This record gives sequence, C-alpha cells and structure tokens, in this order.
Amino acid sequence: MSAHIDVTNLNVFYGKQQALTNVSIAIPRQQITVIMGPSGCGKTTLLKSFNRFLELTDGTTITGAVHVDGQNIYAGDVDVTAVRKRVGLLAQRPTPLPMSIYDNVCYGMQIHQMRTNNADYVAAVQHYLELAGLWDEVKNRLHEPATSLSIGQQQRLCLARGLAVEPEVILGDEPTSALDPISSQHIEKRLLELKNQYTTVIVTHTLRQAKRLADYVIFMYMGEVVEAGVARELFTNPQQERTRQYLEGVF
Amino acid sequence: MAQNPIQSTAATRTQRVVAVSRQRTDTWARRVFFVITILPIGLIAGVLIGLLYRAWPILQQYPLTDLLFGVDWKPSEGRFGFYSFIVGTVWVTVVGVGLAIPPCILVAIYLAEYAGARTRLLAKPILDVLAAIPPVVYGVWGLLVVVPLVETVLGPWAQHLLGFWGLFAVQQPTGFSVLAGGIVLAIMITPLIIAVVFEIFNTVPVDLRNASLAVGATRWETIQRVLLPQVMPGIIAAIVLGASRAFGETIAVLMVVGNIAQVPHSLFDAAYPLPALIANNYGDMMSIPLYDAALLCAALILLVIILLFNILATVVLKRFVK
Repeated sequence: MSAHIDVTNLNVFYGKQQALTNVSIAIPRQQITVIMGPSGCGKTTLLKSFNRFLELTDGTTITGAVHVDGQNIYAGDVDVTAVRKRVGLLAQRPTPLPMSIYDNVCYGMQIHQMRTNNADYVAAVQHYLELAGLWDEVKNRLHEPATSLSIGQQQRLCLARGLAVEPEVILGDEPTSALDPISSQHIEKRLLELKNQYTTVIVTHTLRQAKRLADYVIFMYMGEVVEAGVARELFTNPQQERTRQYLEGVF
Repeated sequence: MAQNPIQSTAATRTQRVVAVSRQRTDTWARRVFFVITILPIGLIAGVLIGLLYRAWPILQQYPLTDLLFGVDWKPSEGRFGFYSFIVGTVWVTVVGVGLAIPPCILVAIYLAEYAGARTRLLAKPILDVLAAIPPVVYGVWGLLVVVPLVETVLGPWAQHLLGFWGLFAVQQPTGFSVLAGGIVLAIMITPLIIAVVFEIFNTVPVDLRNASLAVGATRWETIQRVLLPQVMPGIIAAIVLGASRAFGETIAVLMVVGNIAQVPHSLFDAAYPLPALIANNYGDMMSIPLYDAALLCAALILLVIILLFNILATVVLKRFVK
C-alpha cells in the first residue's frame, strides 16, 4: 500500500477550541477511505485539511503537515489553488453555480485554461458528464440553468464539475446526506466506479454506507484517530474498545 | 365513555362564541394594519395634491414646456424657466453617484470577501459614524476643503490636461461648482451604498463561494464569475437608493455648488439645483407675483423627478431579476 495523503502530527484549533489532536494517518492511493465517527469528532475537519478549506474559517490555527504525493500542502510557497485543483471536494449539499449546466462543468476548466478551443471544451463537458452518470439525462438541455435539475442530479453535476479539473483526490463530505435513497445510490455507484482512477476520501455518519464503500477505514473520536485499518478487518475485528462500541451502536 | 349531551351542547356553544370573537379580532387586525400600510401612499398623494394646488397659479399662466425648458429665471420680470435648475440637479446627482459607486463597490467587496473579522468589526462603526455626520457639517467641510481643492488643484489640472474637452473646461475658476457639489454628495452617500452592497454580498450563501474555491478558483475569480452576476440586481438597487438620497440633498450641496441660475456645461461650472433654489428663497419672497407658486412648482418638479426615477429603477430591476 502506498500512501497518497500523509498526515503527520496535525493539530487544528478553532479559536481556542481544539478540533484535531496529533492526527497522523496515511490515506492509501486509489481506494475509498471512509472517515467515520460520532458527530463533532473532527472527521469533517480532517477531510477539509486535505484541500486547505480550514483556513476559510476565521481564527483557525493549523500545525503539523499534510503531504499529498510527497508535497507538504501547508508549506509557505504552495499555491493553494493548485492544491484545490488536485484535491477536489464534493460538498454535503449540492451547490450548482448560478449558470448553465454546461458552464458549471466548464467553470474549473476555464479557470485553469485546460483546453485551447471550444470543440475541446464541448467534448470534455460530455466526457465528464458521462463519468458522473448524468449525460443521458441532460444532453438535450445543457444550456438550461443548473438549478433546474433535481437535487440528486445537481449532486452528480457537482461531481462532474469537480472531475473536470482532473484532480487526483476526491473528497466527499457526507455527499449523500441531503439526497433521497435512489440519488444516494447513484452517487455511491459512481464513487465505486471511479475508485480505481482516483483516491477517494469520504466522511459519513452512517455505518451502513461506510460498510458499502470502504476499502480503508479511519475511526475518530473527540478529535483523535482511535483506529485505522483495512475495512474488512476493522469491521470484523476492531482492536480498540471504542471502535467496537461504535460498531455495535453503543453511541 | 359517553358524554353528557347537555354539557356537550353548552361546550360547543361556548366554543362557537370564542371562535367568532377570535375571527372578529383577526378581521380588525387586518383592517388596522391595512390602514397603516396605505398611510404612506396617502401621504405621497397628499403632498402631490398640495403642491399641485399651490403651484396651480403658475401652471395655469404658463405652458408646461415653457416652465420645464425655459432657461430664463427672472422672477421680477415674470420669467420662470426651471431648465437650468433641473439640469443642475441632474448634473450634481450624476456626478455624485458616479464618483461614489466604484469605490463603494470595491470597499464593500473587500469587507465582505477579503477582510478578516477584526477589520470588519472596526470598519462597520466608522462607516456608521460617517453616515451620522449632519449634512451641514459636510457642507462646511466642503466649503473649507473641497471648494479650494477644486479651485487650486483639480481645476487647473483638468484645464491643463483636458481643457480642450468642454466637460472639463474651466470657465468659472472659483471652485464653487458641479464637481464640488458632486464630491460632497459622493462622500455623503458612500456609507449608505457600502452598507447596502455589503449586505447584498452577505446574502450569497457561503456554499456557493466554497463550490467555486473548491475547484481551485481564486477569491477574485469567484467574485467576478459567481458573486457579481448574482448580486448585480442588488447593486442596482443600492445605486437607486443612493441616487434618490442625492437628488434631494440640499444644504451640503447648496453651500458648495455656487447657486448661479445657469445651465452648466462643464464640471467646473456653477449650478443651482432645485432643492437649493427652494431652500434659498422660500420665505423671503418679497411681493413678486407668482414667486410662491414658482417655488412650489420647483418642489413639485423635484418630487416628480424622484418618483419617475424610482419607478424607472423598479422596472429595470424587474427586467434584470427575470
């Protein structure tokens, strides 16, 4: 197993409140890693340390290092937009940008000037919409506002928009929690299909989803990593008492 | 368990009485609120009718086109042309709003999108204080600072660089000018416009910004491509609000604008806006016939300009939102 994301001694404070304590963890390449734990345990904080989203909140202090492919993304000379291009994020709630379906997919590509002519953009939009499993539903209405899509479709559009900037890592912050069961299945299916090409890290609070998706599991409690390991082993034979209790639904 | 039929009937009746009384209270509440709501509309209508009534003598005696487009203002000779006052009002307002808008939008964007919590906390009360300064203080400041600045610096500089262009030619080098009035107005409406634009930016959900940042956009790209299109109707509304305020601003403008009844052709010409005309002359009208009616006609024209402007803005805004 080669680590794609390597976290060493990460501490995060919101003001004076400590959200993460001495987190050191390695995320395996091209697998689905699920971060789970009770609410407020710091799993979203850990996730958002991977694309430097934590600093968007006023008064956040971060110490330690996060290496993505060997590069410390918290080093002084790192271009934060390059980090976010490499590490995409699928948010909890679908957030289509206030523009057409087509422009949503194009948005990141245009910002990073990833194509040179219009035909290439058109082809790329189709490719990423297909990858997100949305093409057949929207191919005749590409220039309608993205907000005209259903919530489930919007989330797949956001997936396409994220994939279009060719990231190496996909982060998902409870990406199905705002969706109905059918739409959730769609998203889970996509993530499973894509996992061989991307390193995927998902935060979830539903144990069943964790079991469906995970190759590798990180269990957190009170801002610390309690246990991490290969999914099958961790689910059947947890080493820590807390993990066992969580899996049994004690808290 | 069976209920006592008599008791039950009594209970039903009581309930019905209570229900009727609750409905009546509701009906009355609706009526009272309705009356209070239409009160401002009635007030505007009342002011319009009042002004129309008092301006009637002059409206009867002269054709409307003569009043609106006449350039001569010689009340003692019976010549009442409001054209230069109307143009003066529009000039000063356009210059004031035009000067205020760009920096205001930039400041609002900075405060809403870039500034940290501490800067924001500091800037807000300062802007509030700026809004609380009485217009007459702005007028004095304009007199002591802006007028000399226009006279000794901006005027010669504009004449030197852009003098060939009528808009910037200096014919009346006193400093009392459209530009001085515009600068004072711009500073007066700045806090209002900043506050409104800032609030509009705050109404855009954080998720939308994050969606843009998450694909590696910079703050500025996010502002340009996602936020600005979204808040544009609100910015237009803020401009309208500022302009409405600017149209009617009297004392501060009156102190620096020169008050010469002429049609200004350059930023450095003196002007005489409608509010200044009314404030300067109402009350000491000697015994010139129709003078009273003429000044109230000026007030009527000002009110109609502002109403038309607001109606126009509402229509434009509706189009935009669609």
